[in-house]
Amino acid sequence: MHIKSEKNRTVKLTDIVSECRDISSLLFRDEETRGAKPGQYLMVWLPGVDEVPMSVSAIDMDGLSRITVRGVGEMTLRLNGLSPGDRVGLRGPFGNGYTVQGEKPLFVAGGSGAASLMPLVEEMHRQGTTPIFVLGARSADMLLFVDRLEETLDENLVVSTDDGSRGYSGYASGYAAKLMEEDVFDMVYTCGPELMMAKVYQSAREHGLPIQASLERYVKCAVGLCGNCAIGPYRVCKDGPVFDADMLSEVQSEFGVSQMDASGRVTRVEH
Amino acid sequence: MSKLSLAVEVAGLRLRSPLMNAAGVLGMSPPILKRVYDSGAGAVVTKSIGPAPRTGHPNPTLVRVSCGALNAMGLPNPGAEYFADEVKALKEMGVPVVASFFGGSVEEFAEVASTLSEAGADALELNASCPNVQEELGMLASDAGNVEKVTAAVREETRLPLFVKLSPNVTDIKEIAAAAERGGADAITAVNTLKGMAIDIDFRRPILTNITGGLSGPAVKPVALRCVWEVAEAVEVPVIGCGGVTTWEDAVEYLLAGASALEIGTAVMTHGFEVYGQVNEGIRRYLEENGFSGVKEVVGLAHQIGEEQDSKADRYSIRV
Repeated sequence: MHIKSEKNRTVKLTDIVSECRDISSLLFRDEETRGAKPGQYLMVWLPGVDEVPMSVSAIDMDGLSRITVRGVGEMTLRLNGLSPGDRVGLRGPFGNGYTVQGEKPLFVAGGSGAASLMPLVEEMHRQGTTPIFVLGARSADMLLFVDRLEETLDENLVVSTDDGSRGYSGYASGYAAKLMEEDVFDMVYTCGPELMMAKVYQSAREHGLPIQASLERYVKCAVGLCGNCAIGPYRVCKDGPVFDADMLSEVQSEFGVSQMDASGRVTRVEH
Repeated sequence: MSKLSLAVEVAGLRLRSPLMNAAGVLGMSPPILKRVYDSGAGAVVTKSIGPAPRTGHPNPTLVRVSCGALNAMGLPNPGAEYFADEVKALKEMGVPVVASFFGGSVEEFAEVASTLSEAGADALELNASCPNVQEELGMLASDAGNVEKVTAAVREETRLPLFVKLSPNVTDIKEIAAAAERGGADAITAVNTLKGMAIDIDFRRPILTNITGGLSGPAVKPVALRCVWEVAEAVEVPVIGCGGVTTWEDAVEYLLAGASALEIGTAVMTHGFEVYGQVNEGIRRYLEENGFSGVKEVVGLAHQIGEEQDSKADRYSIRV
C-alpha cells in the first residue's frame, strides 16, 4: 500500500511551457510522480477552484515531471495561467496505467490524448520498440507533442488534421482504420476523445487486435470508494483509467455513449 | 462437510452473509453494486438518496489520512424518482437492496421513503447522520426528539425493514438510539463518520471544499465499536455495525459487541472488493474453530463479561 503517494502535498512549479494552441505543460519536482507508470494520473488541486485528474505527461525528464493541460474550463485555464514558483496541490499517481506489450504496436492519439501516451512511447522506445503513432488534432497548430514525437519516432509518426492543414486530412480514427487494414499490428493503444476511441476500438475488434484505451469520467475520490466514475462494473479511477479489450467489451453499452454526471445521472458522451 | 452458513436475519431481512457495503461507498450505479454483491456481500446499500438531484460538494471531496479517509461528498445523488429505476435494475439482477435515504424535512424523509419502497427495495436505511450537509439540512441525529419524529413519519410510509443510521458525533448515542426505536426503527446502524478535518500547511487552507468532513476507516474503529456496544445495551432491536471494519478480526469484535450485521466501506480503498470475501471467510473459520454453528450465536457475547464486571464494580464501588 502506497499511502504516501495517496496523501495530499504541494509542489512548486519550476516552469510552464506552451506546447501548442490552448495546451501548456506544468513542470515540477515530485518524488511520488517519478515513480509513476505510464498512463497513471494525478489529482491536481487549486484551492478555491477545483481538484481534477490529469495524466502524467512526463514521468522523469531530468528529474522533473509534467502534466499537460488543455485550457477549456475555469480550472484548466487557471492552471495554464500559473507562473514558475506558484504551487499546486497533488495526490497520486493513481490508476492502473498501461501495460507495455507488443512488438509492433499502433498508437492513436487525438486532442490532448498524447499527454497520457507520451511516457509510454518513451518507455517502449527505450526498450527498443518504435511504434507507429497516429497523432490527430483539429488543425496543425493544435498537434500536441508533435516535435517530441517526431524526434523519437521519425517517419513512424503520422499526422492527421480534421481541416487538412497538416498531414492526412480527416480523423485520426479513420487513418488508424486504414493502417489496421494495410498492416499487421499486435497491440493498439489509444487516448483522446471518447468517440474517437470508440471508433478505434471497433476497428481493433474487426481485426482481432488487443487494445488499451485510457478513459475519462467524473473523478471525485480517486481511490475507488465513491463510485462516481463508474462505467459498468468498473471504476475509471482505480480499475482504470486504462481499459483492455475484455473490459471494453463489458462496458460497450456505455463506452462512447453515456457517462454519469456529478449527481449520478446518466448523460450522453458528446465528444 | 458442507461449509458453515453465514446467513443472518436482521429485522426480518434474510441475508446470506452479515456483510453489506456502507452507504455512500460504490452505491451510485447498479453494475458496481452488483460487483459488491458478487464479492460476497449479503445485501448492498445504495448511496443516500434525497428528494431531488444534488451534485454534492465540489472537489476536493476526499483526503487520505494515515488510518483511513476524510470525505465530504455532500450527498450527491440523482433524486429518488430517478433512482427508483436503479433499484428496479438491481432487483432484476437478483441483488438484495437496502436503500439509504435522507430528506431536508420530516415530509421529505417520508416522501423519499415511500418512493424507494414502491421501487422494490428490500429495506430502507434512514440517514440521520451525514456530517457534511449540516448547514443545509441540520444535524438530525444529534436531537433525540427529531430522530423519533422523523422515524415515526417514515414508519407510517413503509412496511419494509427500517434501519436508522446514527452519528457518533453526539454526547449520548444511547439516548438517540432509544428514540429511533420508539419511532419504530427495526434496526440501528451504528455509526456514520466521525467529524474531522485536514489543513494543507503550504496553502495554509483546509483541503476539503466543505472545510470539515467525515473520518472513516481503521482510525474510527474503536469509537464506532464503543457506539455499537452502547447501542446494543440501549435497544432491543438489532444493531448493524459500521466503522473501520477491515479484517475478519474487526468483524468478529463487532459481532461480539452486539452487531447482528456489518457494513464495510473504506476498506475497499485499501483491500479492494475482495475484502467482503476475505472477511466472510475469516468469520466462518472463527465460528468453526470455536465450535459455533452460526453468526447469531456470537452476537453480543462480550456483554456477558460486561455483566460480570458490572457486578464486580458494584461490589467494589463506593456508593454515594
